[in-house]
Amino acid sequence: MAQTVTRVDLSERPFGVWAGDLEWRAQTLILATGASARWLGVPGEETLRGRGVSACATCDGFFFRDRELVVVGGGDTAMEEATFLTKFASSVTIVHRRDEFRASKIMQERALSNPKIRVIWDAVVEEVLGDGAVTGVRLRNARTGETSELPTGGVFVAIGHTPNTDLVKGQLELTDAGYVVVQEPTTRTSVPGVFAAGDVTDLIYRQAVTAAGQGCKAAIDAERFLEELAHRTG
Amino acid sequence: MMGDVTDADFEERVLGSQSVVLVDFWAEWCVPCHMVSPVVEEIGRDKGEALQVAKLNIDDNPDVTRRFGVMSIPTLMLFKDGQEVARVVGARGKDALLREIDPHVPAA
Repeated sequence: MAQTVTRVDLSERPFGVWAGDLEWRAQTLILATGASARWLGVPGEETLRGRGVSACATCDGFFFRDRELVVVGGGDTAMEEATFLTKFASSVTIVHRRDEFRASKIMQERALSNPKIRVIWDAVVEEVLGDGAVTGVRLRNARTGETSELPTGGVFVAIGHTPNTDLVKGQLELTDAGYVVVQEPTTRTSVPGVFAAGDVTDLIYRQAVTAAGQGCKAAIDAERFLEELAHRTG
Repeated sequence: MMGDVTDADFEERVLGSQSVVLVDFWAEWCVPCHMVSPVVEEIGRDKGEALQVAKLNIDDNPDVTRRFGVMSIPTLMLFKDGQEVARVVGARGKDALLREIDPHVPAA
């Protein structure tokens, strides 16, 4: 059974979960809604997604062997993605809207010392160009307003992720960045009976294997919670 | 289920097919592909004769992959009379996939 949840009510147990008109009640809930990549929101980006526009170098880098690529961003993720892509690409151009990266010094050095990587500073992507496949990007200089076109075979957007916590905003304790707070090493959230696992809690590792491991913890936490309930009321 | 199609037989079995064919581009190392494939198989079973479903492994079949500009997986492509009529890139749920597929599949 797979439905898209539209609303949850965690104010009391059993918790309420709705998918449109369908309603479920649950004694325990595990939230594993993940985090979504942030997009630029510029013309061409959405239509060319999967045709040269990507937000995941490890997923899609494989398809860009010997191409000239663009990575947009200035944080650790952009540095990581750019460095990873040099395994496949003939060149990687990092486009960043300011004149310095916010990435950690080590990550910056690793990227900047890579002979295949170059940087265009103070530049914003205005549009992704191409018909059916990416052919280039139009850049705008953030200081002068001057625009230019840069030919490229692929654009990797690496400007961060947003945790998918809209459903639980105001109901669970979240970090400033919107990630679910869990009581490490458990997966317990601020509401007893609600557990969280994966990228919705984690902005550091964000790996499938760490998410799966945390999911296993959440399942065990939920199971024990139910046993304790039964023991108390039974 | 048509099973696996390859660079060698794609022209004949997919482009030359009398049926509407849904091609599932995948790779072993692609985690979202493993999520999508069972859903695609289910859709194939539900639609019966009206829709043929085939899988293409992109590691083994780079020619078809490049020819159709597949640059991200999972990618699902719907072919009718040898033409691409729909394409979905990225993992989607069954409802979302059916929204793309149904307009092109003859009613049972």
